[in-house]
Amino acid sequence: MRILLIEDDKETVRYLVKALAESGHTADSADDGEQGLALAREGLYDVLVVDRMLPERDGLSVVRALRAEGIRTPVLFLSALGEVDDRVKGLKAGGDDYLTKPFALSELLARIEALVRRSQPEESEPRFVVADLVLDRLSRRVTRGGQQIVLQPREFRLLEYLMKNAGQIVTRTMLLEKVWDYHFDPQTNVIDVHISRLRSKIDKGFDKPLLHTVRGAGYMIGEGG
Amino acid sequence: MGETRDTVAAKPAGWSRSLAAMASTRAFQQAAIFVAAALIAGGLVMWLLLGRTSDLVSGQAIETMMVEASGIADVAEAAGPAAAIDVVARRSKDATSRLYLLVSSKGTKLAGNLERWPDALPHADQRSGNRNSGGVFEYGSTVDKSRARSAAGIVRAISKDMTLLVGRDLSLQQEYAAQVRWLYLAGFGALALAGLAAGLIASRLAMRRIGEIVVTSDRIMAGDFTQRVPATSAGDELDRLAGNLNAMLDRIESLMAGLREVSDNIAHDLKTPLTRLRTRAEAALRDGDPAQARDGLGRVIEDADELIKTFNALLLIARLEAGPLEGSTETFELDELVRDVAELYEPVAEEAGMTLVCHADEPAIVHANRQLIGQAVANLIDNAIKYAPRSGSGDRHAGADITVDLAVAQREVSISVSDRGPGIPAADRERVLKRFVRLEASRTRPGTGLGLSLVAAVARLHGGRILLEDNAPGLRIVLALPRQDEKGRHD
Repeated sequence: MRILLIEDDKETVRYLVKALAESGHTADSADDGEQGLALAREGLYDVLVVDRMLPERDGLSVVRALRAEGIRTPVLFLSALGEVDDRVKGLKAGGDDYLTKPFALSELLARIEALVRRSQPEESEPRFVVADLVLDRLSRRVTRGGQQIVLQPREFRLLEYLMKNAGQIVTRTMLLEKVWDYHFDPQTNVIDVHISRLRSKIDKGFDKPLLHTVRGAGYMIGEGG
Repeated sequence: MGETRDTVAAKPAGWSRSLAAMASTRAFQQAAIFVAAALIAGGLVMWLLLGRTSDLVSGQAIETMMVEASGIADVAEAAGPAAAIDVVARRSKDATSRLYLLVSSKGTKLAGNLERWPDALPHADQRSGNRNSGGVFEYGSTVDKSRARSAAGIVRAISKDMTLLVGRDLSLQQEYAAQVRWLYLAGFGALALAGLAAGLIASRLAMRRIGEIVVTSDRIMAGDFTQRVPATSAGDELDRLAGNLNAMLDRIESLMAGLREVSDNIAHDLKTPLTRLRTRAEAALRDGDPAQARDGLGRVIEDADELIKTFNALLLIARLEAGPLEGSTETFELDELVRDVAELYEPVAEEAGMTLVCHADEPAIVHANRQLIGQAVANLIDNAIKYAPRSGSGDRHAGADITVDLAVAQREVSISVSDRGPGIPAADRERVLKRFVRLEASRTRPGTGLGLSLVAAVARLHGGRILLEDNAPGLRIVLALPRQDEKGRHD
């Protein structure tokens, strides 16, 4: 995956480029808004990671300009501004996701992966299958090994999101944002409790667990451990 | 501090300077304007009333003089000029304030108590016909003006060759007018003096009390927050101002005290995890076993994340207290949000061995910041789970451990979270809304201590309020928000 990092803090850039490379991505960087806009216009990238505050041209303006030109590359905003209204501003400018500094690398990686998948037209897929676990989006039925599993509506959506991102790490914050649409800190690890409930429904009694906890990062549904 | 006091308390050097200072006060200027207006009005009245001597002669006096002149004319007609001369001579003799002069057509005096024909009146030979004329004139001494006296008179031709002047001395009236004039002058003068004096006194009083306020505020600026503006028992506008200033100072003082408390608590809440983080990092650095070192670094990151959460909560509260957030409100179904958040926490409560039920069935549409309200409700439920211990199996019949309710009233919607825990003593209820306050002094349980103050800040931002009530047993926290119709206009 090709990622363009538009960020002016050299330390952060060096660290992120290295970390993205280790995760199998190619990352280029631009350290001001104009340069970033010029590179992004070439349209060679799968994801743009854009800092809000940049020299020459601020991040919001870069993304607005790109969107005005019809360039739809997914954008993840990075910002030290973590205020309630800033996220809304970022999304209004054409951003697809918003991450507040300081952030965990695993969070950034998981979100980049999710963004790229989202830009691919698999949203309309009628069913998700992971091993013998099947989620039918139309009939809203879930079965494992042909056995029906009864889920609460929220549990269904939680599983749906995990299965849509099967094989990829999904963080707690992402789940809170995408499944509950909450952009706040719930104080307690509420997500863990919901995951363990879901796990007891889909994994209990089956010899191969599908819902895995990735330590220090989040959760992943998939056949591998 | 001493210096500030001296410079402020220093009196203006001279009397003239303090007078000038007083004259520049609003109270004095208003008094001066009032006095000037009164003087102008008085002068106008005086001029209208007593401005001209002719005004002193009443219509009745003129009529009397005319009747008298006609009478003498009748005598002359009936009994001849000699009889008229006689009448005039007789009347002149015992007259005091009445004046007569009968002259021939040549101007020779025939009878009367006036020496000569007054210059101010038309002369006898200029008179013709039977008509009266008259006016104001002076008599006595025309040379020595000070001895001249004023009079009013009418002139009438009698028979063919005589002219009669009948007059009235005006000395009495003039004296009266002079007295009235003097009284007016004295009265208005006294009024003016009293007015200016009152203005000076008022301005002095105002200056003294404003001086007190200035001195007090200077001491406060110098850092002594215990100072208060002295108030009198008058209850006037300056007292109201002093009252407001004092209320403001109380608020500032409590904020300052809060700030001190907060910094003490920050020292505890941030320094403790920082110290722990540092110790762990150091231990990981010195650890010979790579696996253990990695494990230690993982915990360092966990500690850092906790610190970030605390900082974020602090920043959010600060942002909310700074005022409204532009364009971040939306219209949404509060009942649905409350049910959702309760559902989010229900398994958490269950894991803690508690039951959580939610009664939010009545539809409630509000216009607010959905994320913030969600955060507030989450904080309330999270607090209830953290601080209300699980109920003993015996009182299961007493109902759920935590109850979330939504009540829709005419003007506001109230979300309440009730627990059956130890509650909060009435005396401490106000305090827990402040930042970083946790009632247990040890502060060992997890949490930033910012949960409730964040709820309070969210309530304030939305024009709502937060109430802490006794759930007997337990605590009920109510977050009351204004209804959409009120709020809609507000944004």
